[in-house]
Amino acid sequence: MTTLGAAGPAVDTVRGSAGTPQLFAAGSNAGLTEHEQAFGPLSLESIDAGFIAVLEESGLTGRGGAAFSSWQKVAATAQGRGAALMPAKPVVIANGAEGEPLSFKDKTLLAHAPHLVIDGLLIAGRAVSASLLYIYTTPAALPAVEAAVAGRRDVRRIKVVRAAETFISGEASAVVNSIATGVALPLDNRRRLSESGLKGRPTLVLNVETLAHVALIARYGSGWFRGAGSERDPGTRLVSVSGQGAGQVLEVEGDAQFCDVLSSAGVDLSTVGAVLVGGYHGRWIRDLECRLSPSGQGENAVNPGAGVLHILPTQECGLEATARILDYLAHASAKQCGPCMFGLPAMARVLTAIAYGDRNPRLVLELERLTKLVGGRGACHHPDGTARLVSSALEIFSDDVNAHLLGTCTRTTRRAT
Amino acid sequence: MTEILHIDWTRCDGRGLCTELLPTVLVRDDWGYPLALHATNGDRSNPAVSPGNVEAAREAVHLCPKLALSLAPQQAKSRQ
Repeated sequence: MTTLGAAGPAVDTVRGSAGTPQLFAAGSNAGLTEHEQAFGPLSLESIDAGFIAVLEESGLTGRGGAAFSSWQKVAATAQGRGAALMPAKPVVIANGAEGEPLSFKDKTLLAHAPHLVIDGLLIAGRAVSASLLYIYTTPAALPAVEAAVAGRRDVRRIKVVRAAETFISGEASAVVNSIATGVALPLDNRRRLSESGLKGRPTLVLNVETLAHVALIARYGSGWFRGAGSERDPGTRLVSVSGQGAGQVLEVEGDAQFCDVLSSAGVDLSTVGAVLVGGYHGRWIRDLECRLSPSGQGENAVNPGAGVLHILPTQECGLEATARILDYLAHASAKQCGPCMFGLPAMARVLTAIAYGDRNPRLVLELERLTKLVGGRGACHHPDGTARLVSSALEIFSDDVNAHLLGTCTRTTRRAT
Repeated sequence: MTEILHIDWTRCDGRGLCTELLPTVLVRDDWGYPLALHATNGDRSNPAVSPGNVEAAREAVHLCPKLALSLAPQQAKSRQ
């Protein structure tokens, strides 16, 4: 059967409140037989545009990071054909690129439950009357996906495409560009993909986990989906927990207590200095008394983004950690857009100086100025995500900033030199 | 009518012609790239151009050596 990459995490499923089968219910490395035994057969013929209303009732949001309402995205694509006499048929792409280094829930899902993702793709395809279906997958999960597609009769229209292993390869327009031209770089976003994407057709790009939820909603209904989670954050989501021990993928309820999620992952809370939530484009948090939900910001909810929870141990310096990430992000720029190409390396230089001992107090103001300068300026949101990370680091590690400017550090024993 | 000037950052090379034609809409950043003075919901890739500036914006669109600019009525432009 299929195996995960070298750092393949164990599958540990935390079930929804109703105790109903969820994403990994078919077990590890589930083949078609186990898949059908666990979830029951799928009656694809009954799926049409009417499913969009079911999706709306379910309240499902995208699990790729932006948490955009899934039914709205599907509906926009279904309507994206416009009023032309011979409208082009839409394209649906299952996005499993997962370029975020701290995320591994999508490759885990593709390796262990590829048939659930395929079901979701077929369902979404029928909902928008698509004629082309793609699975864009990270190389780690490629063998599992190819084996799953080869073993089914109802998937002849699905093409499997290998994603580039870069940070931005999963950005929606980069996905379209990669499939069309082999170049996984974001495109100028003047036109929406739902109107004109791959081959000029209305294009729907959905994260693979989102599609797996779609497959369950089609089988069990929107009410079942809402049986887990809360009104503002229904259903479950996968999270990738890393930074302490082996990486783990957990399925947690929407709006979960942050501490409970960490405890379920076996994390010793006394050793947690801070947690990076949402990955390299996410935010640092120190107050663990909060809930994990994309809606309800400012009401003690922290946005899970694509479900990345990375623990910074108490003895490690958050500024040094952020400086290393920022350096990575600067190098990950597609170098297509000036503000990103020049702004991110400039930010990285300033934060590295603060983190590693430059005591010039004006550096902080300069970093804040550069962070503001890059925001909202680019073909994709790489500068915005980077600005979000840096702003949160300056806020959450403000004590450390002051200590560094005085030549010490609150975390590490060695003095900044 | 107010129009929206879209900057295609993948084409823009920071030549600066647009910033000279539209000094109340765009200035230049540290590296010479156009910087919208006013953001719309954090978006500074699609600055609004008031009716008095539309003629100058049209000129900027035509003169941009990198063909990085486009102008359209307000409602047609929004980020995904």
